[in-house]
Parts: sequence; C-alpha cells; structure tokens
Amino acid sequence: MTGMFQKIKPIALMQLRLDRVRLLVWIVAFIIVTAGTTLIFEGLYPSADDRDQLAASVVNPAITALLGPAYGFDDYHVGAILSHQMLLLTAVVVAIMSILLVTRHTREDEEDGRVELIRSLPVGRMSTLTAVMMNKAFTFVVLTILIGLSLVVLGIDSIDLQGSLLYGAVLGVTGILFAAITALCAQLAETSRGTISLAFTVLIVTYLIRAIGDVSNEALSWVSPLGWVIEAQVFVENRWWPVLMTLGLAILIAVVALYLNAKRDLGAGLLPSKSGKAEASKFLRTPLGFTLRMQRTSLIAWGIGLFVFGATYGSVLAETETYVAEMEVMQQMLGTEVSEGLALIEQFIAMLAVIISIFATIPMILAVYRLAKEEKVNRTEQVLATAISKTKLLSTYLIVALIMSAIVMVAASVGMGVTGVAMLEGDLAFSTIFNSIMVYLPATWLMIGLATLLVGIGKWRGLAWLYLGYSFVVVYLGGMLEFPEWMEALSVYEHIPNLPINDMNWLAVLTITILALILVVLAMISYSRRDING
Amino acid sequence: MAVLEVKGLTKSFGEVKALSGVDLTVQEGEVFGFIGPNGAGKSTTIRILLGILKASSGEAKIFGQDVWSDAVDIHKRIAYVPGDVNLWPNLTGGQVIDYFISLRGREVNQARKQELIERFQLDPTKKSGTYSKGNRQKVALVAAFAQDADLYILDEPTSGLDPLMERVFQEYVMEAKQNGKSVLLSSHILSEVERLCDHVGIIRDGTVIETGSLDEMRHLTRTHLYVETKQPLNLEDMPGVYDWQQEKQGYSFQVDTEKLDDVIKKISEYEVVKLESAPPTLEDLFMRHYESGGAMS
Repeated sequence: MTGMFQKIKPIALMQLRLDRVRLLVWIVAFIIVTAGTTLIFEGLYPSADDRDQLAASVVNPAITALLGPAYGFDDYHVGAILSHQMLLLTAVVVAIMSILLVTRHTREDEEDGRVELIRSLPVGRMSTLTAVMMNKAFTFVVLTILIGLSLVVLGIDSIDLQGSLLYGAVLGVTGILFAAITALCAQLAETSRGTISLAFTVLIVTYLIRAIGDVSNEALSWVSPLGWVIEAQVFVENRWWPVLMTLGLAILIAVVALYLNAKRDLGAGLLPSKSGKAEASKFLRTPLGFTLRMQRTSLIAWGIGLFVFGATYGSVLAETETYVAEMEVMQQMLGTEVSEGLALIEQFIAMLAVIISIFATIPMILAVYRLAKEEKVNRTEQVLATAISKTKLLSTYLIVALIMSAIVMVAASVGMGVTGVAMLEGDLAFSTIFNSIMVYLPATWLMIGLATLLVGIGKWRGLAWLYLGYSFVVVYLGGMLEFPEWMEALSVYEHIPNLPINDMNWLAVLTITILALILVVLAMISYSRRDING
Repeated sequence: MAVLEVKGLTKSFGEVKALSGVDLTVQEGEVFGFIGPNGAGKSTTIRILLGILKASSGEAKIFGQDVWSDAVDIHKRIAYVPGDVNLWPNLTGGQVIDYFISLRGREVNQARKQELIERFQLDPTKKSGTYSKGNRQKVALVAAFAQDADLYILDEPTSGLDPLMERVFQEYVMEAKQNGKSVLLSSHILSEVERLCDHVGIIRDGTVIETGSLDEMRHLTRTHLYVETKQPLNLEDMPGVYDWQQEKQGYSFQVDTEKLDDVIKKISEYEVVKLESAPPTLEDLFMRHYESGGAMS
C-alpha cells in the first residue's frame, strides 16, 4: 500500500490552476449575493414593526417547505431574516458548485483519458482523488472565512462575528459534504453525466426530505443533512454541532469514496451502467418526438419549478396589504396609485404576473437555443445529411419551445391560482389569477420568435438574454427609477394588458402574436439560407 | 452516367479561401477515392455536397439535382458517414441508428440492421456516452449501410476502427459497388483507397490537382527499380532517375516512366544479374504531390 498517495501536491496545484477563474467567479458571486441581500433586507425592513409584519407573513407551509422553518421570529432581526430566507438556498447552490467542480476533476478527467495519462506517471493510485478532496476542503474553508468576514464588515447589530462565521461554515461544510458525495458518485457511475445526475438526485432527495419533514414531521428532517444545517439556527442560537456532524459525515463518505477508488479499475464504474433499449420507439423516430425526448427532463423540471414559483407567490397574496402598506419600495414598484383591499391584491397580482412571465421565458429561449448547441457540438450535420429540411429541423425546436411555453405558463398560473384562492378564502376567482399570467403568453412567443431568429441567423444569441434582462429591469425598477415612457415601451411585456386591473386588449395581444409570427418567418428564411457549422 | 458532378466549386469563409476550384465526377457504380492532407478541403467539399454549406461559386449536382436547393430530395437516396461522429450521450447506439434511418424516410430493415450490428460487433444497448470513437463510428456505419442508398458519402469513416473492422467495412463497400451503387470515399488510409477505389482525386489547398484511375495516375509517374550488376554502376546524375541508393548487393532507385527505356538500355551495358521493378504505391503518388508543392502535372 506504499505510494498510494505519491505526488499529491503537484496534482492539487494543477487542479487549482485549472479552476482559478471558476473558483474566483463562484466565490465572488456568493459574497456579492450574501452581502448584497443582507443590505437589501436591512434597507427593506428598517424598523422592528416592519420585521414583525414580515415574520407574520412568512410563517406558512409553502415558505417553510421552500426555505425551512423560521427560527427566532419572536425577535425577527436582520440576522434571523438572512439565515431564514437565504441560508438554505445558498447552501443548495454551494452544493451545485461542489458537484460540478468535483465531477470535472474526477469522472470527467477519467472519461477523457486525462487520469490515465497521469496514472502512467509515478503517481499514487489515490493521489488524484485525494488532491480533489484536499482542494475542495481548502476552497470551502476559504469560502467560510470570506463569507463570514464579508458579513461582519457590514456592521449590522444582529450580525455578529460568531454568527457570521457560522453562516459561512454552514455553507462551507455543505460544500465539503457534497464534494464527498460527488466523489462517491464518481466511483459508482461510469460517465460524468451519470455522476452529475446521481449527485443531483442526492441533492434533490435531501432537499425534498427536508421540505416534507419541515412541514409535516420534524423527525424526518433529521434524515437529511440539509435539515441539520438549518438546525444551526444561525444568528439565533448559533449552534456549531450541526456543522461538526456534517463534517463528520463528509469525512466518512470521502473515506468510502477513496476506498472504492483504490479498489476499482480505471474507467470502470461500480454501478453497472444501465443498458438501454436496442431500438428506438416509434415516437423517438420522429424529429419532434426525438427533440421532445431530449428536452423531457427540462420540460418537467421547469414545469415543477414554475409551479412552485407561482405557488410561493400565491401563498403570500393574502398578506399583500401588510407587504405593501408598510413598504415604500413596494408602493413604488406598483406605481403611483396604490389602492386598498382587494383592489390592491389585484394590483399586486398584475405585477407578479409579469415577473413570473419573464422568468418563465428563460426555459423557452433555452429550448430554442438547444439547436444552436447541437450545431456547436457538431450533431446537426448528421441530421441534416438525412432527408429533413433545415426549416423542418428549426420548426421542431420551435414547437418544443411553444410546448414549453404552454407547460410553464400553465404550471405557474395554476400554482399561483390554487394557493392564492386557498389563502384568500375565495375572495378572488381562480380564473382571475390564472388569466392574469396566461395573458402574457403572446409576449413569451415574441421572445421565442426572437430566439428563433437569432438561431436562424446564427449569431448574436446574447441579444435575447439582453432584451429579457432589460424587460425585467424595466418592470422591476421602472417605478422606482422613473424611467421615461419610451424606455418602458421598448419592453414587449409592457404592452400586454395588466389583468385584472386593466381590461383585456385583444388588439395588443393579437399584434404581438403577429409580430412573433413574422420573426419566425424571418428565422426560417435566414436559417435555410445560411451555412451550418457542424 | 455521372451520379455526382462538381465543376469549379469555390468556397470562402470571409477572407479565407477554403476551396478554389474543385472538379469531381463520380460515375454510377464506381468507388471514388478522395484523398488529401488535413485541411486541404475534403470535408468542406463534402459539406457542400450535403447542402450544409453553400458554395460561393461553381456547380455541384447529385443525381442531376442541385446539392443546395434540392438537398432534401437528394438526401433520401444518399447515406453519409462523418469522420467525427458526435452522438447524443443519453441515447443508446440502437436508438440513434433507428433515428437516423427513420430520418431518411425509410422503415428500418431490422434483419439487415441486426446483421450489421453483429458484423461490426456493436452493443446497441449501451448509451452513446460510453462509446469509444470507434464505436461511435460503427453506429454511423450501421445506420448508413442498414438501408439501400444510391450514393454513399463516407468522410474518413474508418479512422477509429481496428484492422478487423476496417475489413468488414471494406466488404460492405464492395457489396454496395456490386449492387451498382456509387461511393465517394474520403480517406487517409491509402491502402484502403488502393484496394477499393476505381478512380482517385487528389485535393491540395482547396484545389483538385489530379484525378483519374489509379493505372492512369501510375503511368504519369515513376517506377521503382532494384538492380544488381557485375560492374559498378552509377546513374545518380542521369536525367529521370531519383532517390539513388546503393544497397548491399545492388542499387535501388526510381525512374520517370517516360525515361524507363533509356535507363534500361544504359543498365544493360553493366551486365545485369538481377532486376526487380514495382509500380509506385499510392503513397508515393501522394507524397510526391505534397512534397513537390503540386508543381508536377
């Protein structure tokens, strides 16, 4: 067993070198988001009254399922708000970062034959994996310290040094835990895709178990490590033992991963790679069926995501008045005339509808851009060499994007409608909420049309994202910053009637639909005329 | 009858001129070898033939139809295998094969497909993500040969195959030829081209510099000679003699075909003990074209 760990140092340094930009971007992003939201919370809820009202509005099952149980809401200070509203979701993103980075240096390096090259040198069998684990431990210790410091320097009363470091440590150990879990998955699965999906499954399952546990049965939450980290009750109780528990579990899993790594053959996975069907089904043989199948996961995931998104907003509808009445920012976002009672809720719904629609547009653009990705990885060439025309191929992706638009918009509308109606106890009809979101469908089609055109001409694909981002800024900050009217008019979402506060405007909706159609026609023409690069 | 006809084809990518005059003709029932070094323009030509790239100028027709405007019609009757096969990692090889066949608008001939899968020793139930380069190429080859096509366009189809599989591939090409089908085979493996092809076109820097049957091309070139004589011999400075080398017993060199007569007359004066001659290999042809900068014709 001697020499199992030879030459860890140069390998570890090389990996760090390869990741230097990635690591920097991730860590800086975490610091900006954490410190930034803390300042926003501080600005949004300056007085104890504001915070008490917030506390009252967030104690409901939907929020608990999403963010975990709220601690310390008898004194809901900024620290408590931060750890309740941000910690769990940030921890999940840290876990995602960990999964992606670890897969890169384990199974992906192995799959691409780089590990083989390294192993042919006088290097220990365990060295690469040990180096990965050491790097991740180092990375997440750095993250812990930097997050901790960046919170302390904000100088907010309720955010003390111990709590800040614990906040960072919770994120750090979650990262280390998922580094170990991914390392283990990399021993089991045979491909990097398999590793990522296995690790993501673990993440989703731990998140769901915690969500169900937090809502229904607290004992269940103890099964999930994500349930433990919330028990740290950062800024409230400041418990350190959940961090140590998580770290212990991480070490245990890492040891198992190392053991399996030493035992198995290079290139082999311990889980038998599932063999699939030797033949394609009738459905898979058609271009549309094929494209739908390739985007199946994405269709389902975004559908569920938008449903939860809608349901979350729906669940707070009943608290609209407390939200809006006390907060100047909200009043500015809603515009000049702020109503009361049901009218106010309707105003709030109209604003949520456009925000939800803009978010829901993201998967639609992605669905069209899949074709550009196919071209980039040289897979369209073989398809176009068969008897399928370019316009038909592009239409296939367009249709999938339209199906995506139907799925995500209906999911969000139903999510918000069902929870909203339940919370408001029938003050508002389901159809009112449902229609307020669905009316934005033509605007999303215009975005699909734009995305299709950009794929058609084969360049400037960033433009669709830029335009979507612009539309979001106009809606989100327009009221506050008082943009001139023409700037708002540039966003297509501004031309959709604000149901339920305004009347339906069929002409506007129809015009936008026709514009979308024109973009699609232009897309077809340009795509069938241009060179395909791969 | 010409199945494929290309005249004066050019293609520019912005400032870069990728093709500057490609002429090719593939007759019905023949296997045409398309050879040239990396970056010479083979794949660009093939992508134009597939209607994926649009030619800047010139004419390219398959079955008498324009490769750009009638692409879909043409593609119903052709099969294509790229050199670099990229597949969808989450689908099995079998699923990809069926998809490609269906896209050509045909029903899958299961018996034929099974035969090919067995001959190429492919496991169709494995996910494409786990395939090696050779296995991905097998997927494309099975999809191409599993159904009838009138023209097979094969772009370095065997670069990842082992010699055994290469042989299987060659058998299928021969079978297609026997059935009167045409094949455009771009390849680096010159022994493969020599064995399979009736006509050969050599491309260099975006121009086809030589086409013809292998025999014709050999005629234009040199013959290898090895002689042993009783008297010492030195023809190093004689016109038409190249690569003069003194071996243990005799001398080996190459002779321009048109100077062969002069050289033989000269050698005979030195009391010949042994004389061996060999036709130039395609590799010799190939190397000469690239070393001499294409100046010979």
